[in-house]
Amino acid sequence: MNNAELAELEKAAERIWDIAQRMGIDPFPTHFDVVPATIMYEFGAYGIPGRFSHWTHGRAYQQIKTMYDYGLSRIYELVINADPAYAFLLENNSVLQNKLVVAHVLGHSDFFKHNAYFKGTSRQMVEMVSVHAERIHRYEFEHGRETVEEFLDSVLSIQEHIDPYPNLRRRDGAEPDKPVRPRETAYDDLFYLGSEKRPEPPAPVRKTPPEPEKDLLLFIAQHGRELEDWQRDIIHMIRQEQLYFVPQMQTKIMNEGWAAYWHLRIMRELDLPQNDYMEFAGLHASVLAPSRRSINPYHVGLKIWEDIERRWDEPSDEEREKLGRRGGEGKAKIFEVRELENDASFLRNYLTKELVEELDLYLYKYENGKWVIVEKDWEKVRDVILRGMTNFGQPYIVIEDGDYHRNHELFLRHCYEGQDLDMDYADRTLRHIHRLWGRTVHLETVLDDKTVVLTFDGERARTKVGEAVQAR
Amino acid sequence: MTFTVSLSKQDWSLHRKGPIDQARHNQKVKEAIKKNLADIVSEEAIITADGNKVVKVPIRSLDLPHFRFDNRRNQQSGQGNGNSKVGDVIGGSDQQGQGPGKGRKAGDQAGIDYYEAEITLDELAALVFEDLGLPNLEDKGKAEVTSPDVRFNEIRKHGPMSNLDKRRTLLENLRRNARDGHAVVGGVNNDDLRFKTWVPDIRQETNAVVIAMRDVSGSMGEFEKYISRSFYFWMVRFLRTKYDHVQIVFVTHHTEAKEVDEEAFFNLGESGGTKVSSAYQLALDIINDRYPPALWNIYPFHFSDGDNWGEVDNQRCLDLVRQMLTICNLFGYGEIQEGGRRSISTLMSAFQHLDDPKFSGVTITSKEDVLPALRKFFSTRGEAVAV
Repeated sequence: MNNAELAELEKAAERIWDIAQRMGIDPFPTHFDVVPATIMYEFGAYGIPGRFSHWTHGRAYQQIKTMYDYGLSRIYELVINADPAYAFLLENNSVLQNKLVVAHVLGHSDFFKHNAYFKGTSRQMVEMVSVHAERIHRYEFEHGRETVEEFLDSVLSIQEHIDPYPNLRRRDGAEPDKPVRPRETAYDDLFYLGSEKRPEPPAPVRKTPPEPEKDLLLFIAQHGRELEDWQRDIIHMIRQEQLYFVPQMQTKIMNEGWAAYWHLRIMRELDLPQNDYMEFAGLHASVLAPSRRSINPYHVGLKIWEDIERRWDEPSDEEREKLGRRGGEGKAKIFEVRELENDASFLRNYLTKELVEELDLYLYKYENGKWVIVEKDWEKVRDVILRGMTNFGQPYIVIEDGDYHRNHELFLRHCYEGQDLDMDYADRTLRHIHRLWGRTVHLETVLDDKTVVLTFDGERARTKVGEAVQAR
Repeated sequence: MTFTVSLSKQDWSLHRKGPIDQARHNQKVKEAIKKNLADIVSEEAIITADGNKVVKVPIRSLDLPHFRFDNRRNQQSGQGNGNSKVGDVIGGSDQQGQGPGKGRKAGDQAGIDYYEAEITLDELAALVFEDLGLPNLEDKGKAEVTSPDVRFNEIRKHGPMSNLDKRRTLLENLRRNARDGHAVVGGVNNDDLRFKTWVPDIRQETNAVVIAMRDVSGSMGEFEKYISRSFYFWMVRFLRTKYDHVQIVFVTHHTEAKEVDEEAFFNLGESGGTKVSSAYQLALDIINDRYPPALWNIYPFHFSDGDNWGEVDNQRCLDLVRQMLTICNLFGYGEIQEGGRRSISTLMSAFQHLDDPKFSGVTITSKEDVLPALRKFFSTRGEAVAV
């Protein structure tokens, strides 16, 4: 983009901001940086500009770059959840493409600002990650690059296993730590006349953690005995960065759908000349193209938002009567949903039978060397999509016992909900956890309807198959 | 006015974080390849590749593992174009649409992912041939060989401008000016010019011939043929890369031996019985005819399944090998036994009585043994390498 085009875009950005305000969305003030493609790939690979160095980032960078170089896919925009928001535009995009991106970004920025799940995120993450990067770099100097890299490998292999809601613990009323002691009286000895020894009061059951703990990174950083200070620091840093990404993983469909909903409406307001309008329509269609192997969040998200608005604007007679919808409340409703829901609740509440059919969603499975469609029933389809959202599509792993065998071994349990683990990966991940924990680690899961415990003691891996689990 | 939107364009040309981490990743790929070399060397895709082609080698260790679901065992969701039906096939066995260089592919077993790295055959060869050389090489007089290196190690006053030695030219200019009284650089003229020039670097190399013998009899199964091909593929590549003038003689045999050209050697599939002595006899004849041991370093290699035509011939082979050992620098014998099955009357057991350091024998039971075999035969550090 040359200077004239930049000036045109800047003017358009201001108009887009005004239109967005008028339509009722309320984004963070947003700064756009026009960058060359290589910088865009890089930020795409790292998630946030300036994050710490690691070969996995280098690999992601290479993959994105290759895809782009071969013309297979491109990143149009990147926006950082910060206040003010920080977004990037591609230098070699046309002005029109970048106008669309600006409108899209304001949608995201509004979502970041108002959705409840983003309330707890740090809005200074760009600064924080570069502080982290610097500290990790210093550790590389102090302890050796390979040492730090190996340690990072292990931490990153379990980086998804954190608990974004530490305050939402189940409280069962009873204080778990209070031991139940028999009452002591002056006549106690009479009861035990003749017996050799008075029975000891039952020892209080002390478990670490008292309740199963989901936050592997936090638990290991707090209770790992073999860790040095710099290693604990790295675990905390990675955990903090990961916590920042959690709401984005939780609201992918809503957020992309929301941004698509607004870019569509804002662009219509821009009074584009006919040629530009055609280019915009083509671009919009390509972003929304469905995929046979996965759910396109832009498409599905946009359709659900529009469906909610329609159903609250023009409720059916039944809805008016039974649910008391008055009609004309579409806008108010979508703004309410954008504040309160995340993907899981969004789909559970608003992905209707009609939408599943209209979007032609299905389930497929690997059978005899082929991927085959196996299910089209809307509730089953919805439930499987939802299952993929539970815990961000990651297996739910908890720490059952941090002092297993009274030997400071780590016992993990996979909370099985019908999906088998990839056992090869589980075994290799366990080795990484062992490196962090320094003692024997165990993982209990279910495979082929049987309880299975994987164990790694630093030298050998063992697998113990237990009793059959009740049919699910 | 409050801050709403702003736009800027900066100079990012010095920003290099991505490429730096990418370089680290590539370095790790190299390391992983080196670690898995034994597996990679015997990959079918590699020995059938030709020239400077890029080969894809699977590496397992480079993916960062994490707890994840087994996608092949579980249902996933997708979206059709409006009229999909239960039972529609939406794809073959590949897990994801593969873009070039995307570097991920489903293995044939559930849940095993390989990261595929790309490397040119030459780079791979350089890794394989590290530390390899012709053992027991002796100086046999008549030097035939030049290596094509040239070295720029002379300076002249005339030459092509592209070879101008700027540093020396300036020094010369300074020196001349100093002689005239002011020691500054400037006013360069033709007298000042100095040019680098080269002399051909003639290194004397000793003559060497490798006699590659291959069993093509009916008893050689697919695996045996594959292994011997794989070994010779690397051997020929190795000799051609490292030595300019090593000659290679190709011999195949079943009950009769014959000298063939390279292409026939690699592609010939024949059948029939096995009389190994025929090959050894032919090798001896070739040596006596064309490669007098006084002038040549001689390296016969033979690959077979060891299934020879009776004890009598084994005895004859033993005699011929003894004869060859007196005139050769090394005799290498590789016996291929799939899965380690052993019959007692193999050639290897006959050779066990040989107690000559110049005799080198390996048994290959799996694909991974090809690299150790290469390392044993072409170890220049004596018998230090154990197989």
